[in-house]
Amino acid sequence: MVQTMMKNENNIKLNVQSSQVVSEELPVVKNNKSTVFGTKDFNLWYGDHHALKEINLDIKENDVTAIIGPSGCGKSTYIKALNRMVELVPIVRTNGEINYRGRNIFGANYQVEELRTKVGMVFQKPNPFPKSIYDNIAYGPRIHGIKNKKILDEIVEKSLRGAAIWDEVKDRLNQNAYGLSGGQQQRICIARCLAIEPDVILMDEPTSALDPISTLKVEELVQELKGNYSIVIVTHNMQQAARISDKTAFFLNGEVVEFDNTDKIFSTPKDQRTEDYISGRFG
Amino acid sequence: MSRERFQAEMVSVQQDFLKLCDLSIERLEEAFTALINKDVEAAEDIVKRDSEINHAEEAINDRVILLLTRQQPVATDLRRLVVLLKAAADMERVGDYAVNIAKETIHIGNDPFVTSIELLEDMCTKSTQMLRQIVQAFVDENTTKAKELAELDDQIDEMYGNMIKHLLRLTSIKPESIAQITYLSFICRYIERCADLATNLAEYLLYLKKGQRFDLNN
Repeated sequence: MVQTMMKNENNIKLNVQSSQVVSEELPVVKNNKSTVFGTKDFNLWYGDHHALKEINLDIKENDVTAIIGPSGCGKSTYIKALNRMVELVPIVRTNGEINYRGRNIFGANYQVEELRTKVGMVFQKPNPFPKSIYDNIAYGPRIHGIKNKKILDEIVEKSLRGAAIWDEVKDRLNQNAYGLSGGQQQRICIARCLAIEPDVILMDEPTSALDPISTLKVEELVQELKGNYSIVIVTHNMQQAARISDKTAFFLNGEVVEFDNTDKIFSTPKDQRTEDYISGRFG
Repeated sequence: MSRERFQAEMVSVQQDFLKLCDLSIERLEEAFTALINKDVEAAEDIVKRDSEINHAEEAINDRVILLLTRQQPVATDLRRLVVLLKAAADMERVGDYAVNIAKETIHIGNDPFVTSIELLEDMCTKSTQMLRQIVQAFVDENTTKAKELAELDDQIDEMYGNMIKHLLRLTSIKPESIAQITYLSFICRYIERCADLATNLAEYLLYLKKGQRFDLNN
């Protein structure tokens, strides 16, 4: 993928800069979108604890899919299953399928490295490397063998522009990323994720540690990015899910209670448990 | 504010709405009584007291807006508050029609009626009954009852049509009374509109419960 980026500038996806794109890209749910992640009868156990039960969920291309639910419902476990990060827990066991672009990522021959190149992740707490802003972004491409300074410069700029932080950091690329604010650090992490040109971006409560203005910036960024990427976001903030997602899945006790268009979930949910949760009556 | 407090606050706003309904319907009944008895003094009193209903509606609006701002409700909670805003506006309008009827009563003054107002009295009785029953169905969230009651609007529409035809005929028979005939026509129209507003309440209740819009006025 990064090799392609090197060869053909026209194919580089990181061209989202204009805020005008936001209004044109506001949630319009199309039914004919292709499936990025198809989850079929997926179960996951932590030892004896059955954390995900018979999950059936399709993540569509260029959608923002929000995963909501009370603590311990399995939403973070699910998102971490999508890039197989969940396997880092030794006692985890799974059955069923999660198909990425039609191939079961838990299949015997599936290379996790390949998956992680396609599926980037942004975490709750901004976690830049203790390096310069430039080196944070160039880290992934360098691992993929890109050494040419000019190409790295280009990737760094495009990634930072894609994460809507270029203007704020362009004059201090060699400064340590730790010197940035929390909101800026989080956008650096998003830029770092974009630098390897993923197909899907997973976000695990990406704004829960941010102030309202930084939260707004990240939310606007998500809206811009969805034109080029498919995004799955776990959030505790109900209003955030309502504001930025096209589809919403409500998880409870390891099950998907309801999965539908966000408009539907937040106006006329089918299941009383969904209504009670989004109305703040439990959780 | 916890959800319990939100719930309590919402119930309290609903109670204010009920008070507004009572106030508006009572005012309408008073306006009918003043008309039938040609009680100009009572009619003038109704006009003077209009601001009471306006303020009651404004207070509901303020409370609902505050709840929307602070609680950011969704789904049924959100619909309930939006419906309360709309229903309060409609009930305030019923109060306005009571004032309009009172003003026409003042215009008519002590002149004898140019025709029997029996049908008009029937319209008054039916429309206030309909309003009271629909408000009750609204409170009970009884959609079946509300839908049934909305059908009464057709009867009032028919009475309105008959009354207007009769008044139009009168214009050629008693051209000297054209002013009073016009006042009576307006009154008929106000009563008919009150019944339409009652139908709106039924529509709002259906929207609240089912999340879909229904047109019961046609």
